[in-house]
Amino acid sequence: MITRLEDKELKRKSRRELLKLAPIVALGAFAFPKVSDRLIEEGVRFSDWAAGEMFRSQHLAQTFSNSDVVPFTKFPYNFYDVVDPGVDLAKWTLTVEGDVQHPGEYTLAQIQALPKKVQNTRHICVEGWDVIGSFGGTVISDFFNLIGANTKARFLEVTCVDDYYESIDMASALHPQSLFCYEMYGQPLDRGHGAPLRLQMPTKLGYKQAKYLDTIRITNVLTPGKTGYWEDQGYSWFGGL
Amino acid sequence: MADEPSGDGRREEIESAEINKEDITKEETGAGSEPASSSPAEPEVCEAVVAKLEMVADESVPNEPGLAETSAETTTKAEGPELVRAAYEHPLAIRITHWVNAISLFVMITSGLRIFRAFPSFGPKIPEKILLDIPKSLTLGGWLGGALQWHFTFMWFFAASGIFYVLFQIFSGHYRTMLFTPRDISGVWPMARHYFLFGPKPPARGQYNPLQKLAYTSTVAFGALSLLTGMVMYKPTQFSWLAFLFGGYHLTRIWHFAAMCGFLAFIPGHLIMVALHGWANFFSMLSGWKREPEYQE
Repeated sequence: MITRLEDKELKRKSRRELLKLAPIVALGAFAFPKVSDRLIEEGVRFSDWAAGEMFRSQHLAQTFSNSDVVPFTKFPYNFYDVVDPGVDLAKWTLTVEGDVQHPGEYTLAQIQALPKKVQNTRHICVEGWDVIGSFGGTVISDFFNLIGANTKARFLEVTCVDDYYESIDMASALHPQSLFCYEMYGQPLDRGHGAPLRLQMPTKLGYKQAKYLDTIRITNVLTPGKTGYWEDQGYSWFGGL
Repeated sequence: MADEPSGDGRREEIESAEINKEDITKEETGAGSEPASSSPAEPEVCEAVVAKLEMVADESVPNEPGLAETSAETTTKAEGPELVRAAYEHPLAIRITHWVNAISLFVMITSGLRIFRAFPSFGPKIPEKILLDIPKSLTLGGWLGGALQWHFTFMWFFAASGIFYVLFQIFSGHYRTMLFTPRDISGVWPMARHYFLFGPKPPARGQYNPLQKLAYTSTVAFGALSLLTGMVMYKPTQFSWLAFLFGGYHLTRIWHFAAMCGFLAFIPGHLIMVALHGWANFFSMLSGWKREPEYQE
């Protein structure tokens, strides 16, 4: 729609319309590293909150037939420090702490005495690759019943033999596919994949699946600055799928 | 009347000037009750009145009172400011979303390339085939975690501005200026021939030519594709139905990359066109108003 107007009027209108864009200049704050570091941290925090809201506690991750599972040799070993931290498998126990009725040391046999769940699920790495594997273990919520965990508490914190550490929101920990995994491909977990016990949750990214578990703790308050090895360096804490 | 030289018109105007003189005198002296003639007028006032009388005399020089109106009109036209052709092309909502989108797209692409760098492949992890070695200088975030922070922050700006843009286009009816429809198909080739092969320039009909409509409509499609595939990659389990629509998790990642390639195909052409069309065209995306548009409607 063409209109005809005085040059002065056009300039005045243009200037007024231009000024209306001023709020966008606020996005310029992202150009300053000191400010943007804070802002993108807040952005991830907001995303984590949204991810928590999106999470459906009973919605199952896709499971696959045995023919879709990659051969065991093509399932990558991923580790942050050493692939084998030298766990003494004979003496290993899982330490249970925090908001539980029966804290203490639990042997692998006690964990394996609970019903075993085997599932072929997709393991997704934050880097972008994924691999469909076969995992067997104890459903975390079953073990929580055994130890009398307060499932109203907010977090599951874990520490590992290799000093890796993680924390998981309770809803994800209680998901029916979330496992304390001690088997892969029908064989006892090998050292490189986290023997004797690791987390295996198809609703979480790979870095949340802590290996070589040492201690678990039920808590309402996360240890400050120790929410997760990678999370403390900037990865999303929720890390959900 | 028409034959009379000078005449009543002039006398009347002089009289009215004299009345004005009285008014001015009253104001200046503050003596409203006294007759104007008896109060000694200030020198400046006198000068002002004289000037005014001279002006009146000048203006009444055209001796034909019957033509006075016409001549006055001509004078206004000659002395008044010239009118400029202009069009209010971009409503505020479009301008805001355009710039928010431009900024977020820049962040999404540069941080996205950094994320892709962590696993630059669409195949299996073992054996990993590196498809692209993207230079670090083209990326944002410093490392995978930093790039993800940028990506997870600006995805909200990107999504919000995109959704708001589409809703505005639909409900305002403004989409008619840019939406590529089957009617525009025949106009694409002549326009492309003009741009790339120095063919004759087809006449401009609306705000955008068919090739522009195709380009702008495509970017909306790329935006929708990158948003939906992004949702799948962010939460493949929660949006499993969407993952299914895109042909599974692996294909979704390829679609997401393809949407970025679409943007990368659009952006250089867009920037070159903006540069070629000059300041008035560029400024219209800031102020909404385009001075002297090429089209006539």
